[in-house]
Amino acid sequence: MPGSIEAGPAIEGRPTDNPVEINQKWCKGCDICVAFCPKEVLTRPEGGKAQAAHPEKCTRCGLCEVLCPDLAIVVTPAARKGASPRGQGGVSDA
Amino acid sequence: MPSKAGARLMQGNEACAEGAMAAGLRFFAGYPITPSTEIAEELALLLPKAGGKFIQMEDEIASISAIIGASLAGAKAMTATSGPGFSLKQEGIGFASYTEVPCVIVNVQRVGPSTGVPTAPAQGDVMQARWGTHGDHPIVVLCPSSVAETFALIIEAFNISERWRMPVVFLMDEVVAHMREKVTVPDVSQIAVAERPRPQVSPEQYLPYAAGEDLVPPMADYGTGYRYHVTGLTHDQTGFPTTKRIEVDALTRRLDAKMRMAAPHVTFVDEILVDDAEVVVFAYGITARAASRAVRDARAQGLKAGLIKAKTLWPFPDEHVRKAAERARAIVVPEMNMGQLVREVERAAAGRARVVGLSRVDAEPITPDEILARLREV
Amino acid sequence: MAMPVSYYLRTSKMPHIWCAGCGHGIVLGAVLRAIDSLGLDKDQVCVVSGIGCASRAPGYLDFNTLHTTHGRAIAFATGIKMVKPEMKVIVLTGDGDAAAIGGNHLIHAARRNIGIATVCFNNSIYGMTNGQYSPMTPTGSYASTAPYGNIEEPFDLCDLVYAAGASYVARGSAYHAILLWKLIAKAIATDGFSFVEAITQCPTYYGRRNKMRSAVEMLKWQKEHGVTVAGAAKMPAEDLAGKFRIGELGARTRPEYTRRYAAIIDAAQRGEGGERDA
Repeated sequence: MPGSIEAGPAIEGRPTDNPVEINQKWCKGCDICVAFCPKEVLTRPEGGKAQAAHPEKCTRCGLCEVLCPDLAIVVTPAARKGASPRGQGGVSDA
Repeated sequence: MPSKAGARLMQGNEACAEGAMAAGLRFFAGYPITPSTEIAEELALLLPKAGGKFIQMEDEIASISAIIGASLAGAKAMTATSGPGFSLKQEGIGFASYTEVPCVIVNVQRVGPSTGVPTAPAQGDVMQARWGTHGDHPIVVLCPSSVAETFALIIEAFNISERWRMPVVFLMDEVVAHMREKVTVPDVSQIAVAERPRPQVSPEQYLPYAAGEDLVPPMADYGTGYRYHVTGLTHDQTGFPTTKRIEVDALTRRLDAKMRMAAPHVTFVDEILVDDAEVVVFAYGITARAASRAVRDARAQGLKAGLIKAKTLWPFPDEHVRKAAERARAIVVPEMNMGQLVREVERAAAGRARVVGLSRVDAEPITPDEILARLREV
Repeated sequence: MAMPVSYYLRTSKMPHIWCAGCGHGIVLGAVLRAIDSLGLDKDQVCVVSGIGCASRAPGYLDFNTLHTTHGRAIAFATGIKMVKPEMKVIVLTGDGDAAAIGGNHLIHAARRNIGIATVCFNNSIYGMTNGQYSPMTPTGSYASTAPYGNIEEPFDLCDLVYAAGASYVARGSAYHAILLWKLIAKAIATDGFSFVEAITQCPTYYGRRNKMRSAVEMLKWQKEHGVTVAGAAKMPAEDLAGKFRIGELGARTRPEYTRRYAAIIDAAQRGEGGERDA
């Protein structure tokens, strides 16, 4: 149905503590997030989809989300509500 | 804000512009090209007065593209050109046909092909008007033979385009375009103006390409809350691309059926003295003026002649030709080309009457005497 | 209030068509974050594209979307902007679509300074048709139609569009996704014609034929070859060879086309002007 949108990427259950959610249906396994995560939080099994293998190491910098070509990654903000992780402390490119 | 009512002397191109305004034209995009430029010049003047918008685009393809965009945004839109531009616009015309975006394309025919004789009349774009763009597609082609008819028929072009959500080609020739004749402009209240069908459902339920029995999907304007998708790719009822064979088949067949359903409503033909005619002339555009004189002269000399004046070229008026072919012994088809619509007349006559073409391709209109001479030979 | 990117997507149409590692999804993410940061009303956003990989983007976006003919998106968009100047009209186009077949419309829309924001997904290749070179392909690169190496020089598309008259021109890259997002937001917020070139990667065709096997490698190339405007100013010319400048490359204020035309309508309706030719 055109224009109909589900609330967010189709992810089964959203564990509150996991900082990085990866839509397994949208991810095409390109390894960009795995390669560019500064803390090596993300891994990808051979032939599989990206996984947040080490969420405890995640700083919520949001780089994986902005570099994901499949728009499959959502980094949930830190405790401070509203402040998007991308807004502060995001990797500065300029 | 169409022109004031009453009789006026107008050039054909001017009547085309004024008629378009009367039909509710609110956006024109065009590019200078003889012999249609006066239409653009006139509309550059008239449109802003009515709150409408004119733009001279950078080329012919930009012009057809811009009017399709304008129509999607909700404006009645038109462009005008001649042979070379008409050739360049074909892909865009196909896009408008396949996405069912209402728009009017005026083509003032001149001697072709190629640059030809830009200031001289011809009727060589008739087949291009129907089949110029690739693939099966619906399209309606109207053709005026006088300045007064230009004013009245361009209004019909817009009404057909809006009512059936189809591009309409308005095929003029250089003589009709540049000659001046009297036009009795009707009062605004007498001018029937059609609007495109609108969605009757909420945005959530809206299927942009789902059509009812009349085969014409309701159309929402961009920016009105119906956030839908339009693409030149084959699309299904939701408007999104599909390659499913059943959908590819369904779209082409619906559009074809839509044209057939429209045919009786969009076929404008004048029959003059055809009922008892032994020989009939089938003519269109400026040639029809000479033909009507030839028919009168023939009658004066005791030869029962008649004229079928086609103001709709496509869908081709088969019925009128078939009926005439049953009575008359011959149908003469004078054209300023090497014989194009004569083929359709032959097809429709299906052997019931002799069909004889008369071609003139020397940059001059066909004369009544030439037609009369042919009438006497058949 | 930052909405998730998915708020702007027709999620039922996802996953998208682009190959694994293609940069177009990254650039599209920047576009959507830019729209979000401007808080635009979806009903008033119209996204127009031509033909090619990048031009499939509008199908996934929950706006008024239009997928037109090859190279003509900006001309279609001109018609939309003229009739509904209050709408935000955004063109998403590829390097072939915008700079090859669409070049004439690009420079004229810039010359007119009509309020259209154009984002060019520049992966220096025709991806949809399996890897031909484009007007943005570097000299010496290989492509299916440049089996001996490309002998043509690419445009500097930003210079070209700025010289044509655009109000805002910038360049970003898929790797510099956050900068790209900011540049696109500024472009969309610009009143006149704005243009953002987004360097992006095509691992499937450009990468494979030019010894950059993976999207990761191509993004690293972007990281190492993207130089900020300020940085470039301090670098000797020879160090700039093979690099591309990122950031805001040109900005000027010029009256926007539909506003100028609105003044014509006002004058015409007051009965002023409109002299017939002498």
